[in-house]
Amino acid sequence: MPLRAQQTSVSSSSPPSAPSSPSAVQPDNAKALNDKLADLDKRVTAAQSSGDNAWMLLCAALVLMMTGPGLALFYGGLVRRKNTLAIMMQSFAMMGLITVLWALVGYSLCFGGSGPVIGDFSHAFLRGVGVDPNPDYAGTIPQLTFMVYQLMFAVITPALITGATAERMKFSGTVLFMTLWFLIVYAPLAHMVWGKGGFLNASLGGKFPTLDFAGGTVVHISSGVSALVCALYMGKRTGFPKQPMPPHSLVLSFIGACLLWVGWFGFNAGSALAAGGLASSAFVATHFGAAAAACGWSVAEWIKNGKASALGAISGAVAGLVAITPAAGFVGPMPALAIGLVAGVFCYLMVTRVKAIFGYDDALDAFGVHGAGGTIGALLTGVFAQQLINPIFGAGKPVGGLDGHWGQIGNQLVGIAIAWGFALVGTIAILKITDLVTGFRVTEEQEVEGLDITQHGEEAYYLDS
Amino acid sequence: MMKLEAIIQPSRFESVKDALREAGIEGMTVTEVRGHGRQKGHTEVYRGREYTVDLLPKIKLEMVLPDKLVNTVVDTILKTAKTGKIGDGKIFLTRVDEAIRIRNEERGESAL
Repeated sequence: MPLRAQQTSVSSSSPPSAPSSPSAVQPDNAKALNDKLADLDKRVTAAQSSGDNAWMLLCAALVLMMTGPGLALFYGGLVRRKNTLAIMMQSFAMMGLITVLWALVGYSLCFGGSGPVIGDFSHAFLRGVGVDPNPDYAGTIPQLTFMVYQLMFAVITPALITGATAERMKFSGTVLFMTLWFLIVYAPLAHMVWGKGGFLNASLGGKFPTLDFAGGTVVHISSGVSALVCALYMGKRTGFPKQPMPPHSLVLSFIGACLLWVGWFGFNAGSALAAGGLASSAFVATHFGAAAAACGWSVAEWIKNGKASALGAISGAVAGLVAITPAAGFVGPMPALAIGLVAGVFCYLMVTRVKAIFGYDDALDAFGVHGAGGTIGALLTGVFAQQLINPIFGAGKPVGGLDGHWGQIGNQLVGIAIAWGFALVGTIAILKITDLVTGFRVTEEQEVEGLDITQHGEEAYYLDS
Repeated sequence: MMKLEAIIQPSRFESVKDALREAGIEGMTVTEVRGHGRQKGHTEVYRGREYTVDLLPKIKLEMVLPDKLVNTVVDTILKTAKTGKIGDGKIFLTRVDEAIRIRNEERGESAL
């Protein structure tokens, strides 16, 4: 996210008082002129900051909306009726849980300090985080805004994992697992890619600069790969694959997917951290990626099954949004279409063919869409990134393959490998701990009866009232 | 008294209901059911996973009728529910031992 090529330095100042009418200037009063210029400079800065801050606060709200209700509805519609509330609750719980952890230590671990792998505790309890901008990350907006914007990313990332473990994961296990996962997997990855000193950080001089504009590695690969590990560890749902388990309400999933698409503008375009041209570029790339991927998945499905399904179209759009996430602020509109198209077809194959071949029960395709989409997107970012769009390495320096800098693909591979590695190792360790402390999977009886009743004591649709 | 149970196509239900009302029949119980006789189902595909759906939606009508009305009702239903294709459904008739109106505890045919 903190990947703007040029940081505008800002004198932190309080907003100006009511404008005074321009008084007549006496030519020989240089001091008055200088004072006037200084005052105008402050006001221009404040105006710019005002635009950026308004945009970024809106973006933070959009990203939160992606979790609640976007993801909650998207997943909610895909599960069986008896598990609807449970999957929604798991997303919603992240909104509460991760926010508290973020406020206490999370922000500091991700964005404090300047270590290569993890932050520090300098901003624990949000000490030092106020209306003054943090010049390292987003020089024109209050640090509070930057902090709360980043929080929304930390909220949605663990929520994505619940797609793989759907319909059989204990709620107590979810709470413990996600707490540990956030601290052990997400925070280091976020720091390495976006934090000052992080050795994958492309804009702040990391050793293996990985281009990841809005979180292809930090959010999607990490959650997608972790999802796969969880699905393999906890095993298939009872009755899978023989027993039919069709989505109970694609209407909910449809609404969720559309909210995700709109919210993603906050996720990607907001990662420009300002309301300027880069945000426009990322906004367009995001939209184009989603659209092309929806087309790609639908066409692939039409060819294979003779029909284009609604579920396929919305899944394709989400896959495209995932793939364009690392690329959004680095690629032009035409490459965005290409990335979307590839991702749509690739994720379609991952979800329908590869999953069937290997037989794992990634119930809602968290790995097939986020893990796979994030990986292919991160790779293609190295191919299509251009200095014309975002001179991230400095003026005149080539960025990606289209600039002739094909070595960037190597850097992307390093970032991808580290994200995969962290997710794999971290998740296995956390799964073992969780299993010992709270248990991870419900009993077979509880699974058959349904998670809404057994985990939450509720029914999603009470038909007799 | 006879109990008449009719399983019919959902798309014919409105016509059957209107025709029965015109024939002076008041009172029926309607349920949405799923089932099949010889009718084939269809295949649904969700993200590459195929499901064969062979339980098809139908409407079940239940009525308890005085003996003298049974033939009228059967003829009405046959006329309005028929499409001529497999899946039109069936009518079953069973004898009823007693009928009681809860409100005033009337018994027999006057309770119908």
